[in-house]
Amino acid sequence: MVRGLIAAIVAGGLCALVGTYVVLRGMAFFGDALAHSILPGLAIGYLLGGSSRAYLFWWGLGTALLAALVIGAISRGGRLKEDTAIGILFAGATALGVVLISTSRSYAVDLTHLLFGNVLGVGEGDLIRLGIFAALVVALVFLFYKEFLVVSFDPILAATLRLPAAFFDNMLRILIAITVVVALQTVGVALMVAMLVTPAATAYLMARRLPAMMALAVLLAVLSAVVGLYASYYAGVASGAAIVLTATALFLIVRLAHNGRGASG
Amino acid sequence: MALASLWRKVTRQGWEARHAPGLPILEVSGVSMRYDDVVALEDISFTVEAGKRVAIVGPNGAGKSTLLKIIAGVLTPTAGSVRIYGHGPRSHLCIAYIPQRNQVDWNFPLTVADVVMMGRVGKMGLFRHPEPRDWEIVRRALEEVGIVELADRPIRALSGGQQQRMFLARALAQEAELLLMDEPLTGLDLPAQEGILEILERLCRQGVTILLTIHNLDQAASHFDRVLLLNRRRIAFGPPEEVFTPQALQAAYGGHLRLIRAGEELIVVGDTCCEGG
Repeated sequence: MVRGLIAAIVAGGLCALVGTYVVLRGMAFFGDALAHSILPGLAIGYLLGGSSRAYLFWWGLGTALLAALVIGAISRGGRLKEDTAIGILFAGATALGVVLISTSRSYAVDLTHLLFGNVLGVGEGDLIRLGIFAALVVALVFLFYKEFLVVSFDPILAATLRLPAAFFDNMLRILIAITVVVALQTVGVALMVAMLVTPAATAYLMARRLPAMMALAVLLAVLSAVVGLYASYYAGVASGAAIVLTATALFLIVRLAHNGRGASG
Repeated sequence: MALASLWRKVTRQGWEARHAPGLPILEVSGVSMRYDDVVALEDISFTVEAGKRVAIVGPNGAGKSTLLKIIAGVLTPTAGSVRIYGHGPRSHLCIAYIPQRNQVDWNFPLTVADVVMMGRVGKMGLFRHPEPRDWEIVRRALEEVGIVELADRPIRALSGGQQQRMFLARALAQEAELLLMDEPLTGLDLPAQEGILEILERLCRQGVTILLTIHNLDQAASHFDRVLLLNRRRIAFGPPEEVFTPQALQAAYGGHLRLIRAGEELIVVGDTCCEGG
């Protein structure tokens, strides 16, 4: 329970921090697609080396990084919009994953477990890995704060300031990919996607500046994790769903209050 | 080689070109831009001396915005070259490009000062955060354009004229010597337009070179030293009184512009719309 709580707080907070860029740049679909695109990687890892969580984690991470860079390359290529590129990769990768899994006779229960996560089944090794990658992502988000801000708000300014925009765009995609994989294993795909988008969207409605939006998003995610997990424990419902519903409720409250103030989004 | 250049740009060390004295600030020679079969620009050449104001006029789809982006070094022309003080635009930090206002996400959680500070990012090193000196430059830039009291306002709460002033302040914070603006006056009311033109005049006196696209030919004639009349090709370039001849206007605008002679005066009646470009 304590391990689960720590995992939900760290993974949720990390998703929310990175999620500010996901919301501001309209990349919600990217996070969702990445989570599914790692399926073939997990399947290959499973067929080659078995079902150890730590072992499959690296296969997942490798596949996610590859998918993130491929999506970047396709969308920079010109005519296709990014969401179209993502849609193609998403569908193809998921189908490939299904084909690979169906070649294996032992129907992969472990795989679905990895993809859908289980907060209460988090081990010590998972927690350490989560901590290390979370620290890495947080450090990079702060170190490249002003560069990420410029390439996200005004790509043409980034070009005239001669910043290597493609480099920073890819770096941001890689950070999102790392976050997705780390969070996936601890909290599962549904909770990961929700934490990537919902707290940041709530914070977006409340904050006037980006640092405030980031802090608020993390705070809301942590709050959702704590409230949701305790509610699930006492009400006996699924923990991930309880956390998502708490975050959604917070969003709805803020959205309604926002309407009440008569402010426009 | 590619990695070394990426490293220099990431770390912001030792990549900027020196400004060779005696050369014109802008030299455009033989620039063409083709997208597959579509010709957006063909064989454009002109030279601008430092401290001049240049209006780029022409019908919609004439390639005005494309030309600005090529000069800024954001787009690469399919033929020809742009030289800023003798070097390609990508080796300079002194070019500011101000986008059309409808191409900006005004709901981004930023204050006016945050946006102006972005102009400093090119000068700051990697991993560096704004110092008091940078904030002082931002404050002075906002004072220069007359909106220092809006520094902490969210950008979504700005009027059109204030948005344009904010971007001018960002160009000042960037210490730009060549200012490129895409339709800065479009959609502004007359007092706001006059306010922007006044600021441009002041910047020009301080030695900043200004190139902008504009629809209003009257303003182009009265507030600018040079006019580039464009319709994919260079129709005419020079002082407004030499450029605005009936033949040149007819060549640029074709049937979309009617010329009415009223005594000594030549009245130009345009039916081009003023949005987009």
